[in-house]
Formats: sequence, C-alpha cells, structure tokens
Amino acid sequence: MSMSSTLPSTEISTKRHGKAHVLLGMLWRDKFAFFATVFLVLAVLCALFGPMLLSEAAVSQNLRARNLAPFTLDRGWLFLLGADALGRPLLARIVVAAQNTLMIAAGAVVCSSMMGALLGLIAGYASERVSNVIMRLADVIMSFPSLLLAVIVLYMLAPSVGNIVIVLAITRIPVYLRTTRAEVLEIRQRMFVQAAKVMGASSLRIVFRHILPMVVPTLVTIATLDFAFVMLAESSLSFLGIGIQPPEVTWGLMVAQGKQYLTNAWWLAFWPGLAIILTTLSLNLLSNWMRVALDPAQRWRLEIGGRKNG
Amino acid sequence: MAEHLLEVRNLSVQFHTAGGTVHAVRNINWHLDRGETLAILGESGSGKSVSASAIMNLIDMPPGEITSGEVIFAGKNLLAMSDDERRAINGKRIAMIFQDPLSHLNPVFTVGWQIIEVMRIHGIAPDAARARALDLLKRVGIPEPETAMRKYPHQFSGGQRQRLMIAMALALKPDIVIADEPTTALDVTVQAEVLALLGELQKETGLGLLLITHDLGVVADIADRVVVMNAGEIVETGTPDEVYHNPKHPYTRKLISAAPGRGEMHEPNATGEPLLKVENLCKSYGSFKVLKGVSFTLQPGETMAVVGESGSGKSTLARALLRLDEADSGHAYWKGRDLLKMPAKELYRLRRQMQMVFQDPTQSLNPRMTVYQLISEAWVIHPEILPKPQWRPRVEELLTQVGLSPAHAERYPHQFSGGQRQRIAIARALALRPELIVCDEAVSALDVSIQAQVIALLDKLRRELGIAFIFIAHDLPVVRDFADHVMVMQAGECVEIGTVRQIFENPQRDYTRRLLDAGLDPDPRVQAARRMPKVQAGLEVG
Repeated sequence: MSMSSTLPSTEISTKRHGKAHVLLGMLWRDKFAFFATVFLVLAVLCALFGPMLLSEAAVSQNLRARNLAPFTLDRGWLFLLGADALGRPLLARIVVAAQNTLMIAAGAVVCSSMMGALLGLIAGYASERVSNVIMRLADVIMSFPSLLLAVIVLYMLAPSVGNIVIVLAITRIPVYLRTTRAEVLEIRQRMFVQAAKVMGASSLRIVFRHILPMVVPTLVTIATLDFAFVMLAESSLSFLGIGIQPPEVTWGLMVAQGKQYLTNAWWLAFWPGLAIILTTLSLNLLSNWMRVALDPAQRWRLEIGGRKNG
Repeated sequence: MAEHLLEVRNLSVQFHTAGGTVHAVRNINWHLDRGETLAILGESGSGKSVSASAIMNLIDMPPGEITSGEVIFAGKNLLAMSDDERRAINGKRIAMIFQDPLSHLNPVFTVGWQIIEVMRIHGIAPDAARARALDLLKRVGIPEPETAMRKYPHQFSGGQRQRLMIAMALALKPDIVIADEPTTALDVTVQAEVLALLGELQKETGLGLLLITHDLGVVADIADRVVVMNAGEIVETGTPDEVYHNPKHPYTRKLISAAPGRGEMHEPNATGEPLLKVENLCKSYGSFKVLKGVSFTLQPGETMAVVGESGSGKSTLARALLRLDEADSGHAYWKGRDLLKMPAKELYRLRRQMQMVFQDPTQSLNPRMTVYQLISEAWVIHPEILPKPQWRPRVEELLTQVGLSPAHAERYPHQFSGGQRQRIAIARALALRPELIVCDEAVSALDVSIQAQVIALLDKLRRELGIAFIFIAHDLPVVRDFADHVMVMQAGECVEIGTVRQIFENPQRDYTRRLLDAGLDPDPRVQAARRMPKVQAGLEVG
C-alpha cells in the first residue's frame, strides 16, 4: 500500500524544544527577518529609554552648529549625523523622537486594525442589515477627507498624542474593515466552516476560531504598510500646526521641518526619513516571515532552512 | 521499425522540492500511431500527466527538470527544439483538452472569438477562421452555432463547454489531441456523449488521441491501447481487453479489483420506528425550484443512497436536512420530532446525532488546525461527551479505527494524501458518536483504489457501530456495494426509490435505465456490447 509513502517527511521532532526556541530558530533561518527584528528591537529600546537619557541634548540649541554636516566628530558623537537648523544634534533628536513616533503609529495602527477587524467580522458574518449599516458608515468615513476630519477634531480637542492616535485610527478603519469583510464573505462559504456548523459550533466560535486566523495574515500585512502611512500622515498634521507641537518631536515632524533646507542641508530630512523607511521595511520583512511561520502549510520553508523553493 | 506519429523514449522527469528530489516519471517509453487512441491510466501521483506536460512544454523548470529521454514527433526531438519551434507545433499540430473547461476558457471573451483567435494566431484569414469556427461548433453538436458564437463560456453547461474545448482543439486540424481527464468533471450521461464524440471525430480525421485518465471505464470505452502507470513507472501495456482480463502486474490487478460495483448487494430487512422520515421537502432559490417535494424514510443502521446528476438537488437535500440551508416547506421527522422546526437549543443537541462528511476533504478540514485539534473540537463544542483527560486517548483510538496511526495526531491536514484526509474527516464525524452520517459525494474526489478502501471503512463502521448513512453520489456503481436503498433524483424530484436490487436489476423508469446504461463498465467486452446499440442508434439518427 502506498498510503504512508505519500506523507511528506516534514519533521515533527521540533516539538521537543520549547516554542520560543523553535520560533527563534525559524527567525534565524530567514536572515532578512532576523535583522529586521534586530532593528525593531533597537527602535523600541530607543523609544523606551531615549527620552530618559537624551532629552536634554535633543533640545539644547547651539547656533554655532547650525546645519552642521554629518560625520563630523569634533563636537562629540551626538553630532555624528549632523545638526538641525537650530544646531540641535540630529542623532539625539531621532532617538528621542522614536518614542512619540512609534507610540502614535503603533497606537493608531493597532486601534484601527482591531476596530476594523472586529467591525469587518461582524459585517461579514452578521445579517445583511447589520452589514449594510456598518458598510455605509465606512463609506462615510472614506468619503470624508481625512485631513479635514483631523482638522475639525484637533481644533476642538487639544492636539495631544492620544487625540492624534484617535483621529488617525478612525480615518484608517475602513481599510481593515473592507478587507476583513471581503475575506470573511469568502471564508464563511468554505467547507470547513460548514463542517464546524454541522458539529454545532456557535457563531462566536466559528468567527474567532475558524475565520479570524485565516484573515489575520492579510491584516498584518496591511498594518505594516499602514505604519508608514500613519507616520507621514502624522507629520502632515504637524505641518498644519495641529499635530505634535514643538518642542515635542516626531520623525515625521523632523522630515517636515527639514524640507525647506533640502537643497543646502539634505541631512535634516534624510536621517529621520531613513528611520521611517527602515522601520517600515523591517516591519514588512517581519510580517512576511510571520505569514510563512504562522501557516502550517508553508512553515516547512523555514524549518528546512537553506534553499528556498520557487 | 515503422515510424510512429509520436514517440516518447526513456523520458525521466524529476522535481526538486524542499523535501528532496521527486522522480515524477522514470524511463518511460510509449508511442502513439495515427488514428489510434492510447490511454494512460493511473491514479493521482502516478505521473500520468507528466509526459503529456513534457510534450506540450508545460513543465515549469525549475523546479522541474527533464533528466533524460526524447520525444520524437514527425522525426524531430521536441525536447531539443527552441521555444519558437515548439510554439509552432503546440496548438497547431498537437492540441490539448483539459479536465476543467471553465478554467481554460477566458470568461470575458465570447467563445466564437476564442475559437477564431486560436486560428488567427497561426495565420488563418479572419473570414476563413470564422467559417471554420461555425463548422466546428456544428460538428461538436452545439445547438444554434450562429448564436453560440456570440455567447460567453458561463452561458454553456459543463458538457457543452467540454465540446467547445474540443472544437477549439480541432480548429487547426491537429495530428494529435491530448485529452487530460476530459470527462472527469462531467455527469455520467454527458461523459458518455463526450466520449462518443471524441471517438467519432477521431475516426473522421484520423488523428492520434492520447487520453489521460484514472477511470477504467473510460479506457474500456474508447482506448485501442492502454499504458498503466504507477509511481512514475509503466507497469503494463496492452490492449484494454488483455490488460483487463489478463493483468500481469500486481498493481494492475489491484486496480481492477478495486473497481466498484461487483460485490454482494445488501438486502435490507429492518422494520420498526424509522430514524428519519422526510416528507414532501421543498426548497427553491428565487423562482428556481431545487427540491420539489422529496419524501423517504430511513431505518436505524441502514444506508440510503441518493443518486443523481449535477443540478438534481441531492446536495441541497443534504444541506436542508442538516439545517445548513432552511427548507421552504415539508417535514423531516428525526425520531418523531420535526427537525426542520427545531429551536436552536434542540438543534444543538441534534448536531451530536447527525454528522456530515463532505466531498473535498482538503476544503472541509481547517488547514490551520492539527488533526488532534480537528477531532477534539467536537468535544470542545459538546463538552458533555467526554472529559478532557480522555481526549487524547480517544483521538488516538479514533485514528486507529479509521486506519491511521495515533502518531498522526500532531500533523496538519496538508501533510496527508486525499484518502487519508477523508479518513480524518470521518474520524471527526465519529467523535460525536452520531447515529446518522450524511456523506455528500464523500468518495467522488478519491482515486479508485482509495475509494474502495474508504467505502470498506464506512461499511465496517456501519456494521460495528450501527450508524445509518445517507450516501450522496453521482455514480451508480459506487453505491451498489454499499447501500440498502437507492433514491434516484432528477431535477429536484425523486424519480425512483427502492432497494439496491430493485434499482440495479429491475429499474422501472427510463431515467434510471439511462443512468445505468451511461455508466462505463471497466470490462472492455461488456462495455463494447453496451456501446453497440448506442452506436447503431447514432447511425440511424445521423
């Protein structure tokens, strides 16, 4: 009988080790994802401890160091990346700005994706009437210019970090909502959902145990792309004067402030811009890795290591 | 040695995958002559399609690699040609027909345009191409060819689409037509028509037909010679008659003995309180009536087979009984209680007693759950059945019961073959200790030998556990060995209902007889005898 020979010999021996150990092993095998993780850990560390250590340096002005070019070491390592229009060291400012930037971006992305996913699950699985109400609400948000919404809300409320997160989250909800709903509509027709229904599974169980895990990879991918969008949206709010207010600082704000010096002091906008790009890129690589690592049918690609197929 | 139309010599193809190198075919040799039908018979994974893919240049390289061999067509080695030279041959001199016509016809163009397009690519003037397309549609039996030219693929039925594919393949008067499982997706009566059409066309044009199939019946029906493949190697070659009546290789013997429809027929004798009594069940989608008043009764421990072609409403019947779709009217009494009107709470308890096994186990098992999670989910939902500490031993017991190993519990569905997945689905259904299992085409997607095993498994479960079955199938021979009663359905109505013996030996209705006749017998002699009256009838009409 050729039955057993058709089983691919994917090793199950990895079960013996702890879960964390297995995950780390799979991370190490995808070098891109590994270095992306290292960078993100670094960024988070900056966000946690940066303001504590460098907030003094980040705001101390030094007009003799105006627009100081990068890679000059005679003023100390803080000026490695140069200085801005008021002579403040860019490296220190980037490290300090990490906190606000990541807090706003992560806050907005997490809030909007959770709300969007939840509403999307309801819209996709509930009755048509509920679904219609939710979808029309999403249409309203989408058709309303997001910047205008932000201006109105932040004009009425104080432009604090919390409020900015809320405004940005609301404007991004429809993206997740529509994606989730579309996927749910497809997945709920699949046979394994029907099989669960025949078994007597409740709607909650079907939605959270069977449908949500299939939607999550897509949502994570969108969320990482959205991360960059939110960072830039936040900077345009700052540009309008209703976002984060100086002396508080974010990467987006730094890019906006450096824009006018682009011709003679490119580094003012370049370094914070690079920080944004690297963060987004890292998140993207990591989400790519996660998509594979979380899918049992794809996981072998990371478990065997070395050669990639296709 | 005479020149063959197409000859494959020592062909070896391997695929480099993460799990290592897979030898898809190893040193295979076969040839095809003009006016001949050669069938390549094999189960999934036997490599039967690989040589055809090599001929049509359809193997993706990498991961595929042709390690040795040559394909000689018209004196030249196809494998040594440039891509341009091969394009000139593909489609023009060697054409191909696929299993699923819908996915190979472009949905946004009219079929007329698509057939003409094939000819224009190879340099035929638009007017001539149009005239030929019309001729072809007429020839393959599409009604109203003028109008049909302007229709889109979705406006045709499955059988008509396959006819369109055949017309497209014949457009350039090829020397060879390769048909890869051309009738697998079709109903039995339609399959018989399409095979007859292929046979006629071949006689008219004298082309060489290469038929790739898993079905002994198809081979018996139209093949002149057959090549039996297993695990990438040719195990036997010969005429269908030789191979069927005098198989030399053990694999061929196994394959032939697995063909359904030869065992003892059941004689149902149960009486008393019926387990399920369905009365006048109706269901419509919009104005289209899918079920027009279906009634039957089922005794505990008995098997009711529901047989019908696609669109006959048999799956809708199953879905309505399991309350996946709500029926419009009618009653279904489960031990005297009407289950169609049960409130949610009672329905939840009923779910324990009625389970379903779906057609495609790849789809019906959540790909992100392990086998253990899949089976134990039943007890998460119905915690009263089994306390948690006993879950693992019970899962292992169930896996053993369906012929798998307890060690498989931690694997994911994609690590199993189709037949094994269906066993998992059966184990999951058994986890609830049901009294009735509804099998919706549960074995249709499986290879013949696997099919036989799964049916044997179901039969064993019925004997040991006394489970009743509603067994939905489109194929009559499959239900012959397994069912107690058979209900034949057509267009939402029950055409005929009776015990297996009544239906198979003494069918009362024309439709039942037609279904029985259209089925292909794996024995070439029986099939030839069956074909004779049909061919004669065709001649008289023509």
